[in-house]
Amino acid sequence: MIRLTIDNQEIETEPGRTILEVAREHGIHIPTLCYHEAMEPFAACRVCVVEVEAGRGRQLVASCAYPCADGLVVHTNSDAVLQSRRITVELLMASSAHVPLIRQLADELGVSEPRFTMEKNDCILCGLCVRACQEIVGVGAISVINRGIEKEVGPPFHIASNACIECGTCVLVCPTGALTLADITGGARTVHPWESEFEAVDCRVCGHHYLAPRFADHTTLLAEEPALSHALSGAEGTVEGEAVP
Amino acid sequence: MIELRSPQALVDYRQGIRAAADPLQRRIRVCDGTGCRALGSRKVLARLQETLREAGLAEGIEVAPTGCPGFCELGPLITIDPEKIAYNRVSVDDVPAIVAKTIAQGEIIDGLLFVDPVTGQTIIHDHELPFYTKQIRRVLELNGEIDPTRIEDYVAYDGYAALSKSLWQMTPEQVIEEVKQSGLRGRGGAGFPTGMKWQFCRQSPSDVKYVICNADEGDPGAFMDRSILEGNPHSVVEGMIIGAYAMGATQGYVYIRNEYPLAVQNLKIALKLAREHGLLGKDILGSGFDLDIEIRVGSGAFVCGEETALMASIEGKIGEPRPRPPYPAQSGLWGKPTNINNVKTWANIPLIVRNGSDWFASVGTEKSKGTMIFSLVGKIRNTGLVEVPMGISLGELIYDVGGGIPGGKEFKAAQIGGPSGGCIPKEHLDVSVDYESLKALGAIMGSGGLVVTDEDTCMVDLARYFLEFTQEESCGKCVPCRVGTRAMLETLERICAGQGREGDIEYLIELGQEVKRSSLCALGGTAPNPVLTTIRYFRDEYEAHIYDKKCPAKVCKGLITYKVVAALCTGCMICARNCPVNAIAGEKGQPHVINPEVCTRCGICQSLCNFDAIVAD
Repeated sequence: MIRLTIDNQEIETEPGRTILEVAREHGIHIPTLCYHEAMEPFAACRVCVVEVEAGRGRQLVASCAYPCADGLVVHTNSDAVLQSRRITVELLMASSAHVPLIRQLADELGVSEPRFTMEKNDCILCGLCVRACQEIVGVGAISVINRGIEKEVGPPFHIASNACIECGTCVLVCPTGALTLADITGGARTVHPWESEFEAVDCRVCGHHYLAPRFADHTTLLAEEPALSHALSGAEGTVEGEAVP
Repeated sequence: MIELRSPQALVDYRQGIRAAADPLQRRIRVCDGTGCRALGSRKVLARLQETLREAGLAEGIEVAPTGCPGFCELGPLITIDPEKIAYNRVSVDDVPAIVAKTIAQGEIIDGLLFVDPVTGQTIIHDHELPFYTKQIRRVLELNGEIDPTRIEDYVAYDGYAALSKSLWQMTPEQVIEEVKQSGLRGRGGAGFPTGMKWQFCRQSPSDVKYVICNADEGDPGAFMDRSILEGNPHSVVEGMIIGAYAMGATQGYVYIRNEYPLAVQNLKIALKLAREHGLLGKDILGSGFDLDIEIRVGSGAFVCGEETALMASIEGKIGEPRPRPPYPAQSGLWGKPTNINNVKTWANIPLIVRNGSDWFASVGTEKSKGTMIFSLVGKIRNTGLVEVPMGISLGELIYDVGGGIPGGKEFKAAQIGGPSGGCIPKEHLDVSVDYESLKALGAIMGSGGLVVTDEDTCMVDLARYFLEFTQEESCGKCVPCRVGTRAMLETLERICAGQGREGDIEYLIELGQEVKRSSLCALGGTAPNPVLTTIRYFRDEYEAHIYDKKCPAKVCKGLITYKVVAALCTGCMICARNCPVNAIAGEKGQPHVINPEVCTRCGICQSLCNFDAIVAD
């Protein structure tokens, strides 16, 4: 076990965990945007920064990725932390001030209007969709494209990807509504903005279309993996659903 | 091909090469570095060989391409042995005279010699040029001496002796101790003690470890690493093998940019020759130690010089940094313990092992030992590559080695450390060039880029230029760097366009400090430095732009107007005829007038006027 101090609170924990995990466990609030407990830390949004007392003074680190260490002293609410978060959120507001999640964070930190603005954009490049597709679904149909201010998320060459299994996980994890799943005519669905259009399979019981055939295939394949067959055994009936004419 | 399977075999090989070499051999060394090539050195080299053949002198006279000796300003450079006659700015038209006079008759051609701008004296030998006498050339010693494509040349100058010593006379711990004792610090910019970094990697338990050479040099105007890899690639290879032995690594990579084709080519040749001679690969020098080194060619993203982004790129992933810890020494390439050092750091290793840590530490300051290599560019007389002792004053570096500012202009500031560094103004010319002193002034040692500016440089425009670079090179992963550098750049662009507002300076400072502190990696962590240091030392220039709507250096187009000085104008009409927007009117023989409403401030009129009659205001 190791002992560290977060906001003057002595905390004991096992090694290998991040500051964010331990802080949340102890009811200490740290805001996050790009963090998801089911994924590897990304450390990109920088709103989870905290101040740690390192060898030569204090420094700001991303709490989602910084490992707890014995004797570490952490401040989650210092002036430096709040100032950093305010500036970061103000920068996010440059193009996403209309996004409720960002607006909420700005209110929490007391940021009213950004001093710099850019073209409106729902996407805050938190990378959750890309990482969910890669790390959780195991497909990797989308990635970040370009760099710097030109950076965006999409399938290769902006062409609906063949690798996409149309599961909609990217839409599910998107915290800003930049990605949406929409019904289009004749039982088909599409994911905005990369327009990967597909026919949905209809449910034999209720008649609603709910699942892409490729998603069903993918899940069936996974179900055949010994490690997963047990977990998925209860879902057998649904993955083999047939299209109702 | 000789395969060297013991230390004695290497010694014998070296003695054989030395015995066969004639110290009085007539040899013409032609700089084959990228700078001299651009000035036509390849043609000079070909013409030399052709002319010697025609004159029947080809037999017994070697024409050797070498790496860059550093004096790029005067290229193409050739040096004639055994006298070491240094000719500069040699063109193909000079070749017949060189062969007919110097080679055939030993006569020196005065017109091709260096003329000291201060004393007016001509200098015959390269080692007497003031540009070189003020330097301490260790890493660069063989640049310009040896043919980088011949392993024999490197071996003859004690090449691979340090490797042999490491493998056969030292334990890995002793090698690390020697590097620690030397005080060598990372030459890529951050200045972390190399020996300590090696020890961390050594202590990380793993069956597989990697060593990486970071040759992703990308600062505008920097060419230190390129010149070393072009001119003396074996020094880097030898350093890497020694490091791999010390840390227990089994595989090495050199990450180098595709824009450096000559460096890639010479490194490839060096690796191949080292392998063929038993100096790389399995059972190196018969010691039982195995290591191979591969080249990974980068596509030119500046951020890939950041170590975690570099490793991601080698792994075939998008070149984006990741948070540290874990540090590469614990979990680096493919999750294995990895040590990354800069080209210059690796190239220092054989020298330290061969000559000892005391020798290495005999120059430098208390905390910054050894020498540092800079590429001097910008408003400086001796543009080129220099190696100076740590602790030299910035003034000595710029005036004694660099020859000062050309055209009778006054020095304004030196941008040290490239786009990640800061500017140092003339009141700090006496600053000691070492890691701590430069940091205290808001700059960094960096990798060795040094851009000199004079009175004609606008510091706001300079900051805008460097930020434009980092903003474009930001990978865009983290918010402060992606959006923050953009916000800063747009503010600077507004100021330069004459639309600066009250509060802009304060905004730049506030934002700059946060981008530095909050960014994920060192790119964002240093990108604001040029802005923050120019505000710190040249705030009056920012204020002149914002409040007086004036650019004191008369650079920013949005803040100047061109005017004709009627008393000087002869009415020759050259300006009017060449104005691309027809903004200039006037009768022949009469003073002309520029219409500021139409003028686009392109400056063509001013550059064409023969009478200095057009001024920027």
